[in-house]
Order: sequence, then C-alpha cells, then structure tokens
Amino acid sequence: MRGYFLRRALHAVPVAFGVVTVVFLLIHLLPGDPVEIMLGESAVPAQKEELRRELRLDRPVLVQYADFLYGLPRGDLGTSFRSREPVLREIRRRFPATLLLAATSIGVAVLVAVPLGVLAAMRKGRAADYLSGAASMVSLSIPNFCLGPLLVLLFSVSLPLLPVGGYGTARHLVLPAATLGTGMAALLMRMVRASLLEELGKEYVTAATARGRSRRGAVLAHALRNALIPVVAVLGLSFGAVLAGSVITETIFSWPGIGRLLVQAIDARDYPLVQGCVLVVALCTVAVNLATDLLCARLDPRIRYE
Amino acid sequence: MSERPGAGALALLRRAARHRAAAAGMAILALLSVAALLAPAIAPDDPLAQSLDAGLSPPSADHWLGQDKLGRDVLSRLLHGARLSLAVGFLTVLISLSIGVAAGSVAGFLGGAADRIFVGACDVLMAFPGILLAIGITAVRGPSFGNVLFALSILGWVGYARVVRAQVLKIKSMEYVESARAVGSRPSRMLLAHVLPNALSPILVEATFGIGRAIVAEAGLSFLGLGVAPPAPSWGAMIGEGRHFLFVAPYLVTAPGAAILLTVMSFNFVGDGLRDALDVREEAR
Repeated sequence: MRGYFLRRALHAVPVAFGVVTVVFLLIHLLPGDPVEIMLGESAVPAQKEELRRELRLDRPVLVQYADFLYGLPRGDLGTSFRSREPVLREIRRRFPATLLLAATSIGVAVLVAVPLGVLAAMRKGRAADYLSGAASMVSLSIPNFCLGPLLVLLFSVSLPLLPVGGYGTARHLVLPAATLGTGMAALLMRMVRASLLEELGKEYVTAATARGRSRRGAVLAHALRNALIPVVAVLGLSFGAVLAGSVITETIFSWPGIGRLLVQAIDARDYPLVQGCVLVVALCTVAVNLATDLLCARLDPRIRYE
Repeated sequence: MSERPGAGALALLRRAARHRAAAAGMAILALLSVAALLAPAIAPDDPLAQSLDAGLSPPSADHWLGQDKLGRDVLSRLLHGARLSLAVGFLTVLISLSIGVAAGSVAGFLGGAADRIFVGACDVLMAFPGILLAIGITAVRGPSFGNVLFALSILGWVGYARVVRAQVLKIKSMEYVESARAVGSRPSRMLLAHVLPNALSPILVEATFGIGRAIVAEAGLSFLGLGVAPPAPSWGAMIGEGRHFLFVAPYLVTAPGAAILLTVMSFNFVGDGLRDALDVREEAR
C-alpha cells in the first residue's frame, strides 16, 4: 500500500515540473517583444530597459528558466506588472472566493446527482430514467457561457429573485454555483447510474435479495457504496474542470476570484499575473488529481494491485 | 441485465430512440452545414454592416432575430457564425488527428525513450484543465483564427494519440504482425494495414465529440474576447457582447445560445449513436 502511494506521488513530480515548464514558456510565445507589447509602442527606451530587467527578460532563456524554478518554492511568481504587487499575493487574495464557488457548486452537484443517478438506475427504462437522461444530455451540452446569461435572464431579469452578479451574500452564490455545477451534476448523475447498474448485476446483490433484503435495502446497504468509488474518481478529476470553468463563470457574475483575476490580467496585458494564475490553477489540478487517486486507492484496495 | 418481462422490447425501444436522436442530430448538422455553406447567399444582410441608429432593435419583419448594439443583423451574424464554428470544429479535429496519429504511432512503434517522452507530454498537457491552456496561449498570442486553431490543436491531439498508441501496442505483440515484421514489412505499412483500421472506430467517435468540444472551446474563448478577432461573427462573441444588454435585448443572448446548444447536442447525439453502433467501449483507465 505504501508502495503504491509512493509511486503515485512520485509520478506527480515530473508532471508538475512539466506544467511549470509549459507555463514558463507561455510568455515566450508572445509574437514579438513582450516588453513592447506590455508598454505599448510609445514607451521610451529607458522604460523598456527597466521593465526588461524587472521581468528578467534581459538574460538568456535558460537563466530565466532557472530563476523561475528557483523562485517557485519560495512563492516567488514574479511581480504583477499592473499593480506592482507580488503575483502570489494577488492570487492569494482572490483564491478564497474561487474555492468557495467551486466547493459550493461541487457540493450542490453531488447532492443533486447522487439521488437522481440512484433513481435512474433503480427505475432503469422507465419515465424517471428517460427524464433524467434527457436532462443530463441538455445539461452536458450547454456551455457555461450560455447557461450563465440564461439563468440571469430567468432569475434576475424576468423574475427579479437573485442578483445579476457580485459577491458577499449567499444569494450572490446561487446563480454562479448553478452555472458552474450543472454540467458536473449531469456527468456525475450518468456516472452514478452506470456504476450502480453495474453493481446491481453482481452476485452479491442477488445474494442479498435472496436473503430477504429488499432491492432498495440491497442498494443502500451494499451496492451504492461500491458504486460510489468511480464516482469519487470522476468528482476529483473534474475539480480541475470546475476551476477552469470558473474563468468564464466568474466573468459572467463579476465574482472576485482567480478566474476573473486571470481575465483582468489578460485585458491589462499583465503577463506575469497571467502566468501566475494559469500556473496556480494547473498545479492545484495536479494536486487534487493526486489526492483523488490516493483516496480511491484507499477506498478500493484492488486499484493498488493493478 | 434486467429480467423483467418486456425488458427486451424496452431495450429495443431505447436503442431506436437513441438512433432517432442520432438521426435527428445528423439532420440538424446537415441543415446547419448547408446554412453555413450558403450563408453569403441566404443571409438577409451583411453580417458586418452597421446601422447605429437601429442599435438594439427587437426582432421585426426585416430583422427576424433583431439587431445588436451596432445595429448589425443578428440572423446574418448567426448564419455566418455557423461557418466559423464548423470551420474551427472540423479544422481543429483534422489538425489534432494528424498530430495524434503521427505521435501515437511513433511512440507505440519505437517504444523506449520516445514512448516515455510521449506519455510524459500527454500527462503534462492533460494536467491543464479544460480550456485553461488555450486561454493562456490565446492570451499571449492574441485573438485570431490561426491562434485559436493552434491553441485547440495543442490540447486536442492527445486523445487520438492515446487511441493509436494503445492499438499499436496491442497489435505489436501479435504473431501475424511479428511475422510481417520478420519478412521485412515496414512500420508505415503496418500502420496503414493493421493499426489504423482497428483504431478507426474509437477515432471516429472521439472525433465526433471532438468537433463539438472544439466548437464550445472556440465560443468560450470568443466569449472572453480571446477567440477570433472582432468584428468577425462568432457565436461566443455574440453572447459575450449581448450579455451586457440582457435587460433590454435578451434575444442577443438567446439566439446564439440556442445555436450553440443545438449544435453541440447534435454532435453529442451523433457521437453517442456512433459509439453504440460501432460498439466502442470506454477504455479502462
């Protein structure tokens, strides 16, 4: 068991390293001189030189890369070009809002998806199954930049129930969380249904019902527990997708999280901040994926021996 | 699986329904493709022509879907937007597929260090969730059609490459392939004769979903202002601009929103149908 944990954790190291390298290379994808792009063409040479030195762009690429790597463990992601603040400090300030939004949408998605998935599996082929299947198909196909404005139209414009955007109260959280969580709920529901159906076909469920357990009892006492293991995996693996989706969702609802920070940084051509946001989100994803794998291995010993 | 009486009939019904959904999806996509191809002929107006005094006019006999902030005809922009969406979808998949087949077969046939580098590259690219990397790339490269294709293809090839590589690894150890190699058959011939035909079904399914994904990704990037440079009509950009006028002109969002939803759902229906018909199992992780 410890062997598996160690192997899996060690696997995350080169991946994280690769992620850092790709993000480092981003700024070198700029068409032309980054300094000129950030300052505009009207900047005087002295200004450009200063920024070039500040961004360490005056040194060879390999030295820049070494600097970048050296700074990371110290939390040095560079300085925001716009606010002159350390990039990490800006991100830290915004991160709690994103985490709140992500956690809420995931939590709501689970609360909606698991019961619906169980219902669909137990009533396979009947009306409830078809209806939830159709709902999940629509939910999976509607991108968040469509769903968000539509929800605003319904619940803020037509029925003035909820604020169109902003941050602070629980009411502000409803529409963004629904926008971000709907697709995930649909995916989870399908997963719960498929996974539970697979378990229901196994002998231990037949055995349980043969011993006199009701079908519902067998599902709740035995099958669901096993069926939820792949669901935990999907849940963990879609955490990254939720973080990425927060870029658009936070933009729609003026939610002051890291996703909106990224868009603001892009608009301001604040490339160190862009790099920092992308890096933090990607590294969080790597970490959560690792945690998910370890958790699943704990829940299901078979995974460790594969 | 289910032994209830009538389950067979239900399964048949469900299969038919799914095929009907796939058929409906195909019909919608065919219609959309025709509309996209003929957009310059059938669009009632120039999608770029502005008439500022008619800005935000509601739908009327002359402008069925109304006019946007700059007085541009929404229906015309929607039709021309279909061209863009489909072009991005198909081209992204075409480029991703070419890179994927090449990378997957090279990694599979060579093995060793090449394969390890390949697996590492896939792991790293997949660590970037959703369109995050595409956002990063288009943010620095600037909004343009080429940059969108570039950013989406960088993400897109991994799926195809893994399918091809898995197929290569599977057949590489089979006796008939070993004997083919023994008599001097070249890898390129084995790729064409044995690997690709076997990998065709999963690739086809993946590509169908891939087109839908690319269309959503392009629209998402355009929504953020990172897609195709304005004033080119993109469904995502139309939503992005229209959402500021939800109170006065909700049709600016609902029309392109419905177009995207319908298109993506159609690709998903067709993909599901293909997966059923070709019996492609989800690959074990």
